[in-house]
Amino acid sequence: MTMIFGIPIQALMGQLLVGLINGSFYALLSLGLAVIFGLLRVINFAHGAQYMMGAFVALLLLTQTGIGYWPALLIAPLIVGLFGALIERTMLSRLYKLDHLYGLLFTFGLALTLEGTFRWFFGSSGQPYAPPAALTGAVNLGFMFLPIYRGWVVVASLAVCIGVWLLIEKTKLGSYLRAATENPTLVQSFGINVPLLLTFTYGLGAALAGFAGVLAAPVYQVSPLMGSNLIIVVFAVVVVGGMGSILGAIVTGYMLGIAEGLTKVFYPEASNIVIFVIMAIVLILRPAGLFGKDA
Amino acid sequence: MALLSVANLHAWYGESHVLHGVTLSVEEGETICILGRNGMGKTTTLRTIMGILRKRSGEIRFAGQDMMTVPLHRTAKAGLGFVPEERGIFATLTVEENLMLPPVVAKGGMTLNEIYQLFPNLEERRSSPGTKLSGGEQQMLAMARILRTGARCLLLDEPTEGLAPVIIQRIGEVLVTLKARGMTVVLVEQNFRFASKVADRFYLMDHGQMVADFPVTDLPQNMAMLNTVLGV
Ligand SMILES: Nc1ncnc2c1ncn2[C@@H]1O[C@H](COP(=O)(O)OP(=O)(O)OP(=O)(O)O)[C@@H](O)[C@H]1O
Ligand SMILES: [Mg+2]
Repeated sequence: MTMIFGIPIQALMGQLLVGLINGSFYALLSLGLAVIFGLLRVINFAHGAQYMMGAFVALLLLTQTGIGYWPALLIAPLIVGLFGALIERTMLSRLYKLDHLYGLLFTFGLALTLEGTFRWFFGSSGQPYAPPAALTGAVNLGFMFLPIYRGWVVVASLAVCIGVWLLIEKTKLGSYLRAATENPTLVQSFGINVPLLLTFTYGLGAALAGFAGVLAAPVYQVSPLMGSNLIIVVFAVVVVGGMGSILGAIVTGYMLGIAEGLTKVFYPEASNIVIFVIMAIVLILRPAGLFGKDA
Repeated sequence: MALLSVANLHAWYGESHVLHGVTLSVEEGETICILGRNGMGKTTTLRTIMGILRKRSGEIRFAGQDMMTVPLHRTAKAGLGFVPEERGIFATLTVEENLMLPPVVAKGGMTLNEIYQLFPNLEERRSSPGTKLSGGEQQMLAMARILRTGARCLLLDEPTEGLAPVIIQRIGEVLVTLKARGMTVVLVEQNFRFASKVADRFYLMDHGQMVADFPVTDLPQNMAMLNTVLGV
């Protein structure tokens, strides 16, 4: 058996893969948070609930209407995104004039309400969601078996992260978003409908969470609290990456996922807290985060 | 009828009452210049006309349209373009992205080629971040991006502030070019040697009101009064 640092390579690769998969979810979710925070200056506490909604919409599409995984991958984020846009337009947008704390409190309340509602209807226990036929099974990589669905999670999340990054950095719409992040009033004086841009951005962030939820449904159980467990870690990721930094959120998401996986191999007792330890160190040495601009 | 007419305009920053009944009017194709000491409300006048400062009362008409009820993201569409005192160049956008940011609101604006002819520096530096430009180049960029949109009236706040004489001269040439194209300009300026070369008419502002208004030809007989009010 091949060993690295006294660890069998299978175990190492296995945990690396688990880390990469967790990292994929961290990256997608912290990307959404960063997009929202960048423009709206709102810390979206409802992000975990929107992720959970994505998974539930996929599950309900399957059980209620027979719509399968592939269409759900598109429809569920769309529904969660539109729901987010509606919430922004009717409620969240009224809070921008107040202290940022109100936005945070509002989204926190929204998360509790959503989770409570789903618990009322579906109970707290998790429900399985089978991966699509095309992605079941595993391939033998020689040194380990790779479940195909897990490989797909990594590829899909990477593709979406790159897509969103390109949208923001390279397109006209992205230049509106970047400019409005710097000086919304001036951008609006140019004739750009900034309030609509804010609605779109919150919808986009929520849709990203919803997409992550659908991806997660076959990996984890679909349950009302699936998001609240994850979101704490994701907040730590955002802090390490630097609030509002798009690239920072993506890179840090994968990095910390992998760091967590490696810790499981070398020092399993610390694997649950390693991300928070890293967060503490980064906050001490570089309070603006690894990719953040010093304020 | 005047292209832009403002009557009895009041404006507030929170509780602080800054404009106390501003009245002015600008004919199509005219360049007017607002003079006044620091803190007298020149910038506030432009921001209020543009609709950035919303706590306001009085009358603003532009091209026959009542602007008091028009939301901020529609004032540009009416034909008003604003070049702020701090220039407002975006650091996360390239020079060209900055230039292309404001949507075109009407025909008759400059094309990208015409703009690059007028401001060759901007073309050379089109892919650097906007704020990597020198102060003079940033001022050119701030003006150029509005010229692209087809705005009929330019609200231009202290374009020469802090710039070297050669750059100031360059900006003067640009304003003369714009005038030849029929552009209407509301200029705020402290440098009145510069202003007297481009402006048709002057307004003198003091404590949130216009206290005098005269054509450039009457500048000599108003010098004594200007010196008192401006304290130069
Ligand atoms: N954002 C603001 N909040 C509160 N008061 C303000 C604000 N901006 C300007 N003021 C006040 O309003 C008054 C007019 O300011 P304004 O900027 O219009 O003057 P200005 O004539 O443009 O001066 P300058 O020549 O220095 O640019 C000043 O007393 C200023 O202190
Ligand atoms: Mg000023």
